[in-house]
Amino acid sequence: MFDLVSFIPRAVVQSIPLLYGSCGETLTEKSGNLNLGIPGVMYTGGICGVIGAFLYEQAVPAAEMKAVFAIGVPLLCSLLGSLIMGLIYCFLTVTLRANQNVTGLAITTFGIGIGNFFGGSLIKLTKSEVPSIALSATHKYFAAQLPFAKDLGWFGKIFLSYGFMAYAAIIIAFITAYIIKKTRVGLELRAVGENPKTADAAGINVSRYKYGATCIGSMIAGLGGLYYVMDYACGVWSNDAFGDRGWLAIALVIFTVWRPNVGVPASILFGGLYILYLFIPTGMLLSVKELYKMLPYLVTLIVLVLTSMRNKRESQPPEALGLSYFREER
Amino acid sequence: MENKVAAVKMRNITKTFGNITANDKVWLDIYKGEILALLGENGSGKTTLMNMLSGIYFPDEGQIFINGREVVIRSPKDAFDNGIGMIHQHFKLVDVLSAAENIVLGLREKGKLDLNAVSKRITELCEKYGFDLDPKQKIYDMSVSQKQTVEIVKLLYRGADILILDEPTAVLTPQETDKLFAVLRNMRDAGKTIVIITHKLNEVEELSDRVAILRRGRFVGDMKTSESNAAELTNMLVGHPVTLSIERPEPKDPKKKIEVKHLSVRNIDGILKLDDVSFEARSGEILGIAGISGCGQKELLEAIAGLQTVESGSITYYDENGNPEELIGKDPLEIMELGVSLSFVPEDRLGMGLVGNMDISENMMLRSFRHGKSPFLNRKNPYALAGKIIKDLDVNTPGINTQVRKLSGGNVQKVLVGREIALAPKVLLTAYAVRGLDINSSYTIYDLINKQKEKGVAVIYVGEDLDVLLELSDRILVLCGGKVSGIVDGRSAQKREVGLMMTRVGGAKDGE
Repeated sequence: MFDLVSFIPRAVVQSIPLLYGSCGETLTEKSGNLNLGIPGVMYTGGICGVIGAFLYEQAVPAAEMKAVFAIGVPLLCSLLGSLIMGLIYCFLTVTLRANQNVTGLAITTFGIGIGNFFGGSLIKLTKSEVPSIALSATHKYFAAQLPFAKDLGWFGKIFLSYGFMAYAAIIIAFITAYIIKKTRVGLELRAVGENPKTADAAGINVSRYKYGATCIGSMIAGLGGLYYVMDYACGVWSNDAFGDRGWLAIALVIFTVWRPNVGVPASILFGGLYILYLFIPTGMLLSVKELYKMLPYLVTLIVLVLTSMRNKRESQPPEALGLSYFREER
Repeated sequence: MENKVAAVKMRNITKTFGNITANDKVWLDIYKGEILALLGENGSGKTTLMNMLSGIYFPDEGQIFINGREVVIRSPKDAFDNGIGMIHQHFKLVDVLSAAENIVLGLREKGKLDLNAVSKRITELCEKYGFDLDPKQKIYDMSVSQKQTVEIVKLLYRGADILILDEPTAVLTPQETDKLFAVLRNMRDAGKTIVIITHKLNEVEELSDRVAILRRGRFVGDMKTSESNAAELTNMLVGHPVTLSIERPEPKDPKKKIEVKHLSVRNIDGILKLDDVSFEARSGEILGIAGISGCGQKELLEAIAGLQTVESGSITYYDENGNPEELIGKDPLEIMELGVSLSFVPEDRLGMGLVGNMDISENMMLRSFRHGKSPFLNRKNPYALAGKIIKDLDVNTPGINTQVRKLSGGNVQKVLVGREIALAPKVLLTAYAVRGLDINSSYTIYDLINKQKEKGVAVIYVGEDLDVLLELSDRILVLCGGKVSGIVDGRSAQKREVGLMMTRVGGAKDGE
């Protein structure tokens, strides 16, 4: 019998980093910036949170830690780290009009390099036996649940068993969707991503929107890295453990046809597919497991085929996606 | 119109780009509540002048007064603040947004974005002036004329009092043009000031109250439309008298050259672009092809030239002795060598047929480089040909070795058409040969085409200007949505009749 009550929470915790990543990337892409640096940005967001938490844990004994700082310090560090990555990307692609694909891939390489460098340094500092840093004190604050959640049986397990960042992710996704769809700022952002020339002629500051959307998008994505370390991985950082979640987040953007609200169920579906191999008896055949791990990508490919075939204009990427805007170019 | 108030006064306006003077000390008055036609040839500076009024360019010298007050217009926003709005030839609209969203785009109104309220205001505006517009419709679902309506409403929504339209009818059918003119008259009667930039004399006469003429960046004069006539206007426009009628010699000994039967073509997206098209083109005859742009004209010519995959049907070519030869299945080179030559002038003029970064004689070589036996190129003949075309067609260029990209649009077209004609084709396919050309250059091209016709070439001429089609063609094939709407005789056809056929297969419906 398939154990739904234990499957769903695992799918959800798996999905939250993806939701952060895809929500941030959707916002970025709506401005016409294709930020392929998202895996690097998320990785940086994670390690910066780790550095913040590490410093705070070192400075204050576990018994005297305050929730505000235990959460606030890593959070701010993470936001700052991913903001810097977003700014680098914007400076290169918007101000200097560098190629977005190349810049994005460079940011990914750069971000993972930063993560592994500082991760490795911290591991050396702690002189630990295993190649990882455990920040269990901080993890406690990030993973705190409502006190009565445990008493509610399956309901509590499916809906209330997560840390606050999981709920924040869902709220952020809905807010982002609302802003894009319903507000004046969202309308102008969409115009920038679709047709920057028209937006410019309408008196919209194209560069400002591109910077704004990309930096805020990077910060949201960076939170995905933070959630991964502090909540999902129980505060344990080890190099390269983050895996291919960043790329999966970008795939999710396409899967959701650029709608963060669709991202909520879609990311849970992706999370479910990602861990499905743990729940399906595959015996000793490791190769079958690896095949199951392909599922999210396979689904994305199918969605790509379907949306292209339906040829609906609303499900297409923003028209100016990946193109730098230069007013004087004809 | 007697006690006129000047809404806009432009004084001594000069604008230069590099060493080209686009406007030279222009004086222009635009009066409240009138429709002013700004008439001029290509490159006469009419669009530049209006761009300075709408904030795209900034004048080098001169002053602009709005309602008697001197103003400085630095950006489109400044223009809006002064109640000036301009509709460009290329619409500035976001495709995936609805009409209402496009109209409020960039407007910093207070409060929440309420698209329902916006739609209501748009509907009120539409009712007031007689527009036909659904605020919720997406731009990509709209026809060109609907997009234009969105642009006009956008300006009105922002409270523009002075509207400038840059060649608004270039892309419209006669029926749509009538509708637009009716709306413009409504707007004038409601007190708006309207400027239309055009080089079509009949529009000036039909619509405008007053006409101002620019020639080579200079203001030549203005007059009441009712007190002018076409001949006088043309003389002012060109600077010397020109004859305005296009010759149409009788076809000599017409013989079947190309026969198209039940031709159907689908484009890459699987949309049927040509649907069961049948016709024949005869030697010594000009077959005009009329239709709203995008109704299959391009696909038809490309199918004949072998550039387009054909779904079904046949295209037969008859040589001098009347022997049939099937063109479908042949590659473009084989078709070209049979004597079928295609000169297609796309919207950006360079896109097809010429390479912008190559000079004129190298572009001639594109057609001849396969000839000759030696592995080296023969540069002499193309060079001579380029020289001949420059001389015969009066191409305005610094030299034969000038890159085609650097020539102005009209001259690029002359090079393209000249090269195709120099191949001495048996069948000449031309599309939009005079697109955007001024009167003088257009007539040069018409002459060239007529000469080919007299030589016994079967000419297929795709045009956008119905008046010209009616004057030039022996027969006119009207396409509507990829179907043949009808084939009419060029000498007896009426403009309205053809216009209706363009919008509906078969033409007139009861009650129209």
